[in-house]
Amino acid sequence: MKIKINISSETVVKPIIAESILETGVLLNVSQAHFDRSHGEIVADVMEEHYEKMYKALSSRGARVTRLDSPIEWNEEECVECSACISVCPTRVFSLEEDYSLKVDKAKCIQCGTCVEMCPQRALTLINNK
Amino acid sequence: MVKKTIHEINARIRDGSVNVVTAEEMVNIVGELGPEGASREVDVVTTGTFGAMCSSGVWFNFGHSEPPIKMQKVWMNDVEAYTGVAAVDAYMGATQLSESQGMDYGGAHVIEDLLRGKSVDVHAISHGTDCYPRKVLDTSLSLDDMNQAIMINPRNAYQKYNAATNSSKQTIHTYMGSLLPRLGNVTYSGAGVLSPLSNDPEYLTIGTGTRIFLGGAQGYIVGQGTQHASAGMFGTLMVQGDLKKMSPDYIRAANFTGYGTSLYVGMGIPIPVLDERIAQATAVRDADITTSILDYSVPSRDRPVLRKVTYEELRSGHVELEGREVATSSLSSFKRARAIASELRDWISRGDFFVSMPVERLPGNTSSHAMKETEGVSFVSDIMSVSVVTIEKDASVYKAAKIIMETAFNHLPVVSKDNVLVGIVTAWDISKAVSQNKFDLVEDIMTRKVITARGDEQVAVVARRLDQHGVSALPVVNGGNHVVGIITSDDISKLFARRH
Repeated sequence: MKIKINISSETVVKPIIAESILETGVLLNVSQAHFDRSHGEIVADVMEEHYEKMYKALSSRGARVTRLDSPIEWNEEECVECSACISVCPTRVFSLEEDYSLKVDKAKCIQCGTCVEMCPQRALTLINNK
Repeated sequence: MVKKTIHEINARIRDGSVNVVTAEEMVNIVGELGPEGASREVDVVTTGTFGAMCSSGVWFNFGHSEPPIKMQKVWMNDVEAYTGVAAVDAYMGATQLSESQGMDYGGAHVIEDLLRGKSVDVHAISHGTDCYPRKVLDTSLSLDDMNQAIMINPRNAYQKYNAATNSSKQTIHTYMGSLLPRLGNVTYSGAGVLSPLSNDPEYLTIGTGTRIFLGGAQGYIVGQGTQHASAGMFGTLMVQGDLKKMSPDYIRAANFTGYGTSLYVGMGIPIPVLDERIAQATAVRDADITTSILDYSVPSRDRPVLRKVTYEELRSGHVELEGREVATSSLSSFKRARAIASELRDWISRGDFFVSMPVERLPGNTSSHAMKETEGVSFVSDIMSVSVVTIEKDASVYKAAKIIMETAFNHLPVVSKDNVLVGIVTAWDISKAVSQNKFDLVEDIMTRKVITARGDEQVAVVARRLDQHGVSALPVVNGGNHVVGIITSDDISKLFARRH
């Protein structure tokens, strides 16, 4: 499963991810990380059975942990199948079928939200992105 | 030598014997039968396109109120429509933005809402005249309440369009969609094999008066579109149609993040196959249509061309750029373009749509020139301060504070021993350091990711950079990243203060 870890400016300099991994012995596979002056945001994979342990370790160190259990939502009514989403998706969630219909493979979604910005019809939404 | 007339073809449409195919189907027919055989066999070829066409809009006539008003300004759902004509006519352009919702809602959305049967709030103001005494008007109108709602699109259906990419280090947001950094993706528009003007590049049958499919209804070509540049195969069309008869399947509002609103317009043009020359033209394939991939990170009219490309390559899902495979995606829907070409084919086959010859040909060999600018353009080097004071990275914070006090410069570019820019410190950084009791080296408190300018850049471009990054000064650097000056928001405001 995927989790999003938000770190505020006060804790951004502390090695809380490393500490949490050492304390729990649970491995995190980081798929995205973004840091700037004001905060940090990490998307990582963790095994379902280890989620609680990791959640506690990170939360106790001041991080905010969200489960990313809802992949991208595709509103077919709004979509005009222009396919703009295809070229910005890092994991190839989107593709065109033989007849140029859009195919959406939600299982591949890492919830980065790039396609949400790209879609001219606002036909893609990410609940966890709100 | 095959020669047919429009009257013969229309007679076949009337008696049900007409043979209509889409431009996609025509490729194989010409391949098998040759242009002569194909022109004997096929009477009409239908094209289609469904893409974002910013240069679109609708003329509304609202009817007269009691007492009447001469609308001087009018808003529909808070989006301003152009009035400066008679009392109750206004033109709603697709890209006009809502005054309260900004980029989330625009003229295109007003048009789509009306098309979906919704009412829009109309607000108008006037100075009042003897014949039109009313000064303010507020009402709510649906499409049925309008006398006319005539779509007139000044520039639609580009013969072909440039593809876009971005070589800079940041994502940019354009009317070609989000372009990822470091040539991360390529976007393009246009229906290639189905593109109307690409199937009649000499404009033998497409011209003023040609009857077309527009937004799901019958419309007409008014004539050449604005910026029609036929010499470079960038022809455009001005088209008109009755919004009241259109369908939201083919007219859709769009939002391009960071750019604004636009309108997806579905259009199909029938090409009567009068002779083999026309048959040959309609056999055009994606592989025959070339365009250029431009670098949209260069904020200039003349964007660098990275390479030429065919629509076949673009449609394959990736192109090679600088030795790498880069993902491509279309901004226009080929599926809908196909649906339009098929629907138009069915209309003609059923006898619901008759083809026409233009009353006037579109001009060939025209080009679109750049704007003549009579006011001098300001460059960064014209207004930057050259007496820039820099500080070395291993100087103390105390020394930086002292320089700021003595020179009254709020921004100190930080340089290495060999005078290469490595950071910047501001009066604010120093205040912050002092408040935290940090009196170490400049290097420890400086901002390392410096936003810079070059002397040969236009001030307008640099002003936007200041705005985007929320900073008030940019060190000006040369090719070796040596500081040659500094430009501040003060310098820019002085420039404008002189002008106005």
